[in-house]
Amino acid sequence: MSRTQISDFLVDEVTEHVYIRETYGKTLVELGREYPNIVVLDADLTVSTKTNLFGKEFPNRFFTMGVSEQDMMATAAGFALSGKIPFASTFAIFATGRAWEHVRQSIVFPKLNVKIVATHAGVTVGEDGATHQALEDIALMRVLPNMTVIVPADAVETEKVIRTIVNHNGPTYVRLARVKFPTIFKKSYEFEIGKARVLREGKHVTIFAVGIMVCEALEASKILEREGISACVVNVSTVKPIDVETIVKAASSTGAVVTAEDHNIVGGLGGAIAEVLGENYPTPMKRIGMKDRFGTSGDGLQLLEYFGLKARNIVQAVHELLEFNSQKKSVVL
Amino acid sequence: MHERTKNVDILKEIARRVRIDLLKALHRAKSGHTGGSLSSVEILVSLYFSEMRHNPKNPRWGDRDRFVLSKGHGVPALYSVLAHAGYFAREELMSLRKLGSRLQGHPEYDLEIGIEATTGSLGHGLSAANGMALAARMDGKDIRIYALLSDGELQEGASWEAITTSSYRKLDNLCAIVDRNRFQNDGAMKDIKDIEPVPDKWRAFGWEVEVLADGHDFPSILSAFEKARQTKGKPFVIIANTIKGKGVSIFENQGKYHGVAPSDDELKVALNELGEAA
Ligand SMILES: Cc1ncc(C[n+]2csc(CCOP(=O)(O)OP(=O)(O)O)c2C)c(N)n1
Ligand SMILES: [Mg+2]
Repeated sequence: MSRTQISDFLVDEVTEHVYIRETYGKTLVELGREYPNIVVLDADLTVSTKTNLFGKEFPNRFFTMGVSEQDMMATAAGFALSGKIPFASTFAIFATGRAWEHVRQSIVFPKLNVKIVATHAGVTVGEDGATHQALEDIALMRVLPNMTVIVPADAVETEKVIRTIVNHNGPTYVRLARVKFPTIFKKSYEFEIGKARVLREGKHVTIFAVGIMVCEALEASKILEREGISACVVNVSTVKPIDVETIVKAASSTGAVVTAEDHNIVGGLGGAIAEVLGENYPTPMKRIGMKDRFGTSGDGLQLLEYFGLKARNIVQAVHELLEFNSQKKSVVL
Repeated sequence: MHERTKNVDILKEIARRVRIDLLKALHRAKSGHTGGSLSSVEILVSLYFSEMRHNPKNPRWGDRDRFVLSKGHGVPALYSVLAHAGYFAREELMSLRKLGSRLQGHPEYDLEIGIEATTGSLGHGLSAANGMALAARMDGKDIRIYALLSDGELQEGASWEAITTSSYRKLDNLCAIVDRNRFQNDGAMKDIKDIEPVPDKWRAFGWEVEVLADGHDFPSILSAFEKARQTKGKPFVIIANTIKGKGVSIFENQGKYHGVAPSDDELKVALNELGEAA
């Protein structure tokens, strides 16, 4: 494959691994200096979500809500109704699960300008186990009309996302994780709400990915390339509103689709892509992700292996899909 | 049924060993909640070695008393107590939080190892205990239900929904215990979101309240359980003033040891203080 088919936004080689929640915390502090209207709320997890950094610099705009996620979300709504720009953070399971109905009624239905930035999504939470691993947060936020749902793929994108959403008026959910993410983007990377990014062109299969799985998808495309399979890789960091045009174009150019996410394949990215393609360009597809099951305790990165969320699992799905497509063709013939 | 004792020296010795094992397990796991595990030890030892009727050799025994660890993150202490009571081998404690282990980071319902309810998300456990207490009453079972809550957990609205249900339903077969160590994840509760006056609030919600000045003192814990059993027509709560990190000087009242496991050096200090060679 020629170099021109690989996005200029990608680093040549991954050399850095970064806690994207730390990027969030630091970016929030910088934004706090520019925007006096930003207030930050957290539900007794400030050290983990890194909102504590904002709290240190702006104690008067920082609200420790205690272990009260529902209260936190509705309070954030009140701040938004009073012209503030509230960021509300806690673990993804509590932000989207525990407080879901408060988020729905008090924030999203009235289209309030609340930024929910949740950390510790997915199985990479690790040792805390199934109760703490949000595998349904994308789904829970995506079913809400008016909601914007963003899943950054690395630290560079996280910073751009946080800076972008400050100027976006409306309810927003940003999904971050616990473990360090490989930095895959150059500083020049451009993020735009609602825009999926083709990171690599390809002819035989399209891999749509979010979060830490974008790196795995790129890794998979390299393995596939050595086998003579050319894979297109797309970062669908905005899961809602979803970029129908880019998705249909990328799927139709290859005729085979694999999705990859650290989330339940039901209702998450896999579900979202299936909805788009089902109505616009039905394409054979396979979904890599949590296969409608709960997580478990273990090292976060080890769990990606255990649950089949690695580049080689994407490669295997591609093989099965291309095999299926070729058999289908021979049946038609 | 499990042999029970009121002998304070025996209970103290069990508590010492429970602490040693839970700290070794947390150290091996390299993550987990140290402070809130240590603050619950005497309460849990009292329940499993003195107060509750249960049988580790027959964990599904229908007439056993039930225990719900509403503060699920404190489960290393419960696992250690369950191992010492004979539900599973102490060696299994070293699998805490590892892939494939029954000893999950937060408790998952598994009667084989003595876990009665899945918890870990704060503010659920007392409701589950209410359900058990209502079912026991329906079935005419003379059993008792216990739930251990943390003080930070009382910031959850759901806790107060449950607290209201227990008193409205007059659940006198239910005894709640609050591990009142006055710390939560982010620091001292008074600096994060103060919830005092805790005993008055429970009283106002219709509970019989017993405040323990020292939630690590076995005789007072045991006599509070005795009072609870004798109280009719109302649910009973023991508000136990405890010390987060109790038993290890470097962890005591140190907010930062809420969610961190002991390092190699810290484990050495801890084992030394607990009279165990590393
Ligand atoms: C609903 C919910 N929100 C947040 C958490 C994360 N969390 C775990 S422990 C804890 C607070 C710990 O303080 P406390 O409840 O007082 O427990 P203890 O001091 O006994 O350890 C928090 C916020 C959780 N487990 N459940
Ligand atoms: Mg506490």
